[in-house]
Amino acid sequence: MTPSADSRAPVLSVRGLTVGFPAGRRVVQAVRGIDLDIFANEMVCVVGESGSGKSVAALAICGLLPPNAVLGGAIRLGGTDIAHADAATLRRIRGRDVGFIFQDPATTLNPVMMVGRQIAEAPVVHGQLAPAQAGARAVALLREVDIPDPEGRVRQYPHQFSGGMRQRAVIAMAMAGRPRLIIADEPTTALDVTVQAQVLAMLNRRRVETGAAVLLITHDLGVVAEVADRVMVTYAGRIVESGPVDAIFRNPRHPYTRALLRSMPRLDGDDARLDPIPGQPPTPAALPSGCAFRPRCAMSRARCAQDDPALRATGVDHHAACHFLEEIETLPAPAATVRAPDQGGAAPLLDVRDLRVHFALRSGPLRRRTGVVRAVDGVSLTLRAGETLGLVGESGCGKTTTGRAIMGLIRATGGEVRVDGQEITGFSRTRLRAVRRHMQYVFQDPYSSLNPVRTVAEIVAEPLRIHGLFDEMGGMARVAELFDRVGLSRSFMNRYPREFSGGQKQRIGIARALALQPRVLILDEPVAALDVSIQAQIVNLLQDLQQQLGLAYLFIAHDLAVVRHISDRVAVMYLGRVVEEAEKDTLYTRPAHPYTQSLLSAAPIADPALRARPGRIVLTGEIPNPASPPRGCTFHPRCFRASEICRTEAPRFAGGVACHHPGAA
Amino acid sequence: MKRILNGLPRHKGACLGIAFLGVLALAACFAGLLVDPLAQDLASALEGPSAEHWFGTDELGRDILARVIYGARTSLLTAAGAVAIAAALGIPIGLIAGYFGGWRDTVLMRFVDVLLALPGILFAMALIAVLGRSQATALVAVGLTGIPGFARVTRAETLALRTREFVLAVEAFGGSSTYSIFRTVLPNAWSPILVQTVVLAAVAILLEAALAFLGVGIPPPTPSWGEMLRTGKTYLYDSPSYAVLPGLVLTLTILSLDAIGRALASILRESEGLHDAPLAEAGAP
Repeated sequence: MTPSADSRAPVLSVRGLTVGFPAGRRVVQAVRGIDLDIFANEMVCVVGESGSGKSVAALAICGLLPPNAVLGGAIRLGGTDIAHADAATLRRIRGRDVGFIFQDPATTLNPVMMVGRQIAEAPVVHGQLAPAQAGARAVALLREVDIPDPEGRVRQYPHQFSGGMRQRAVIAMAMAGRPRLIIADEPTTALDVTVQAQVLAMLNRRRVETGAAVLLITHDLGVVAEVADRVMVTYAGRIVESGPVDAIFRNPRHPYTRALLRSMPRLDGDDARLDPIPGQPPTPAALPSGCAFRPRCAMSRARCAQDDPALRATGVDHHAACHFLEEIETLPAPAATVRAPDQGGAAPLLDVRDLRVHFALRSGPLRRRTGVVRAVDGVSLTLRAGETLGLVGESGCGKTTTGRAIMGLIRATGGEVRVDGQEITGFSRTRLRAVRRHMQYVFQDPYSSLNPVRTVAEIVAEPLRIHGLFDEMGGMARVAELFDRVGLSRSFMNRYPREFSGGQKQRIGIARALALQPRVLILDEPVAALDVSIQAQIVNLLQDLQQQLGLAYLFIAHDLAVVRHISDRVAVMYLGRVVEEAEKDTLYTRPAHPYTQSLLSAAPIADPALRARPGRIVLTGEIPNPASPPRGCTFHPRCFRASEICRTEAPRFAGGVACHHPGAA
Repeated sequence: MKRILNGLPRHKGACLGIAFLGVLALAACFAGLLVDPLAQDLASALEGPSAEHWFGTDELGRDILARVIYGARTSLLTAAGAVAIAAALGIPIGLIAGYFGGWRDTVLMRFVDVLLALPGILFAMALIAVLGRSQATALVAVGLTGIPGFARVTRAETLALRTREFVLAVEAFGGSSTYSIFRTVLPNAWSPILVQTVVLAAVAILLEAALAFLGVGIPPPTPSWGEMLRTGKTYLYDSPSYAVLPGLVLTLTILSLDAIGRALASILRESEGLHDAPLAEAGAP
């Protein structure tokens, strides 16, 4: 199918790649010996958690490492040795042979340069393109990445592009010189799920069209299952398993790969308890002896502490680095404990009616009101004791604003919030204080939600002190008890937040939220910033706490699989409104709203066998600007079922769905 | 505090500065035991440096070194007092303006802008003209001109912290605004405020010397560096060391403070970078 397929000479060949960074007197090895071959027209995914060295390896391949990095091993791109190339050669290679797609399209594009000029810049500089043809080439490149109206768009600046379009432009730029190799470092991590699906499909199509080899670096196993031909799993700076995508997902041979797949909630999953990998991923500065995965491995033996296993063949083109590959089947499967669903006969603990939060847009010298952003526009929710309501939606849909308005952190414009039957909207800060004992908030970013200048014990004790209950509720003994409850050692109590990993910080945030014995927790993306293996630990902790303490959760998230796993009921938000709400199983198996259907269809599933699932809906366009939402049903410009009435009349929320044409996809 | 002490040895200039200021401050504290700045000896007036008078003598035969040491007392006290006044008023202004925003911000910051618009030295002279020459007046005048610096730095830091989730978290579990401002925002805003303190101390010393040089500072016979420069310049041809040596001490003091300020800013910036390290390293969220 491709011109170079016959030769079978790899486009990129890496042997024994090591990268170290000087830290004080010693050198910390971020990459510890990676071998890699990529052939033309092949999509290879490198998957690993943070700190596994995957991004550093990618930078090394492009010769983009900082000057203090210590590079070892051989990197050959086509016939060129990159590891020992001079600056001029590297520049030529980067422009013509390698295209790099960075994670964040917002910072990759130069904000003061027209998009069209940026895209065609590299080929012009490298003499592949006459300056006079640059404009036409830029238009063609934008058209190739499915940007509508490319003639008009080339003359625009990056800020006039939406996030998804920016990433398309970056991809166009990376492909401008017709490179043989494209390295994409987390290219869709900053994008919403419906846009991610579009961009991945486009990237894959362009790969087939140009026959380029693509090295895609990601932490998302769902993305891997969707697009990869071959997969390399990295852990602590080494490849621990590599093989064809089906083999990796169907028959993982390394205990880490297997544990990673098991620790992930599945979109099509059951209620079985997640099986997290214990402990934390190691940092390159403090690696355990022998096999780096040993401290977290269920199969580790004495030998694992002594020698670091080498990659061994375990199937066709399938390699894994484990001393006990043959015994992997003996790992026990996780116990399938199904939660007893709570029967919500009781009066709701939290009752939100028609909540509205509007922000005034002001502009001009007199700060006149020029418009209104309806961030939350009539949201109604109820939550009973012991129940979890999942609130999902893409970025900008108003889910976080909803949570914060319920909490009283943002003043609601209209509607009412009742906590335990008591209406609290419009309460002053002082009066809210009493209510806040019953309702607490867990923040998304464990890095920024803990005060860096206090010890973690003081942080957890802070709500008690503010409410004057510190002594009444048992003082430091209560704090210690909270540490036990969230699975943190008491010996950590006098440390500062910066000494903790992300998962531990989130445990501290949860302990703090539990200090006042609340009955409702609002959890705002509590696991979104965590690695997959740590996510499962926190999800399990939340479920245990719910059972022990009878807590009610409002679980705000964008990850559909996590929401399915933890929720009893799920509400889907789009542009400030709930478009569908149903029991979890109903919503995931028989979604009625076209937006829910497309969301579920766009979410990557960590199963390569489902890649070509029928009836896949890929939405066009992106979420409109909330300041000027479309008339009628706000979803109609992207909806595959929109009719005349949708353009003029907003649908009412009835029977769990707000749509003029609800029904099966 | 620990991170400052750990980082300091790498900044040689700041270490020298601290050593110099330390000696100067010690000398100023125990000046009474060492020397007498008022003892006159008209017979040996306007002499150059000698074994007996290291810095020479002035037109009344007083020991210049003694007067420089006593002048340090004046300068350092004025600087300390002025910084205290500026901080005591400027930091709360910045905190309130930055935390609450809205009309409080507008009112307070316009007040600060007015202060900023007045040239410091003119404002100080006007105040001295009204209240008369004394150390207290000089101190208050210099202190008031330092308010905008503190207010602006604190406000900028508060604005940045206001959006951080741990400040929001305090609100979420019911902390009052006062608690939030003084227990959460302020302890996190110390770094730039500390740097501002050092910078303002240098400015205050310079401003005090300038006032004395113009003849509106602390009244004689209290020794003051600016006053010595002023008298010394009359005898520049006969006894150059009279003006030059006090000037040198003044310059070294300012340079020391400047070096310390720079070192602090750099250390605090680095250690803040360290805090963010795990986040940056995370790469994939």
